[in-house]
Amino acid sequence: MAETTAEAPGAVENLAYGPTPYDEMAHPPLSTSVTNEKMTMWTFLGSDCLLFGALISTYLLLRNRTGPATEGPTAADLFDIPFTSVSSFVLLMSSLTMVLAVTAMMSANLERCKLWLLTTAALGSIFIGGQVYEFTSFYREGLGFTTNISASAFFTLTGFHGVHVSLGIVMLVSLFMLISRGSLTAERAETVEIIGLYWHFVDIVWIVIFAVVYLIP
Amino acid sequence: MSTATASHDATDAHSDHGHDHGLSDFGYIKIAVILAVLTAVEVATYFVDFGVLEVPSLLILMVVKFQIVVSYFMHLKFDSKVFTWLFVGGLVLALAVFAAMGTSMLFWQDPAGCQNGAFC
Repeated sequence: MAETTAEAPGAVENLAYGPTPYDEMAHPPLSTSVTNEKMTMWTFLGSDCLLFGALISTYLLLRNRTGPATEGPTAADLFDIPFTSVSSFVLLMSSLTMVLAVTAMMSANLERCKLWLLTTAALGSIFIGGQVYEFTSFYREGLGFTTNISASAFFTLTGFHGVHVSLGIVMLVSLFMLISRGSLTAERAETVEIIGLYWHFVDIVWIVIFAVVYLIP
Repeated sequence: MSTATASHDATDAHSDHGHDHGLSDFGYIKIAVILAVLTAVEVATYFVDFGVLEVPSLLILMVVKFQIVVSYFMHLKFDSKVFTWLFVGGLVLALAVFAAMGTSMLFWQDPAGCQNGAFC
């Protein structure tokens, strides 16, 4: 059956995961050999690089500046590296569970896909819980969003990343519900792959933030 | 076609072509272990003094981890080159933003900015 799909003129083959029996049904013939949905997600991710590039640049430039009006600690004075390391590890492992969800969906193993999707959402929730704890402890130490210019840059950067993770969790739970209701089947497996791309992007942004913001003195 | 048959066929199709497109599940687990080890080395720089090598080693580890996730978990290594160009284009623009901001901070700041400017 897969051979028939591969021979279909103009059919879109999933280059990343290989052809599935559903390729011809899922995608109309395209001249670019990539689907519009995937192209859109990669374009979005490329543009999101700009957003985080600007936010990380801003933090790096302002990290040691407390401003003329107010003093107070900088975020770097209050970092709890062991705690953040565990959070980072959790988010990193969520990328593994996400890719396992994608491969399960590509193999039309819907139950396993649902399991990995839920696991990924749970790991993402643990990460967000850690970030909420970190922000709360910073606030109790006297570092709020408007305490100084360094704090504003830090909370904006990590807050935007947290929003991205939270949106990712919503998308993962939505996928789980769609698969459970039978609205999303293996014919549209690329949907899971595209959400996976977003999730991995969130992970690589944190790889940069963890190294540049937290670890580099 | 029954659901069971569809599932079986799809599994076969994926495994038949799995070597040409991406990794097996075990392969992804091996990649995750490598990433975990690299993260452990990163964290070790906080507890152990690496001296002048600390910042370069952290930057190298960051780039390697970034590259591994993008190449294998996001499958950019196996996917269309169009996606690579889109993503790398965004990264290059992001670095340009950083360079532009750095330049503005270095050369265009008010000399009396430490008292009047926003970036003190």
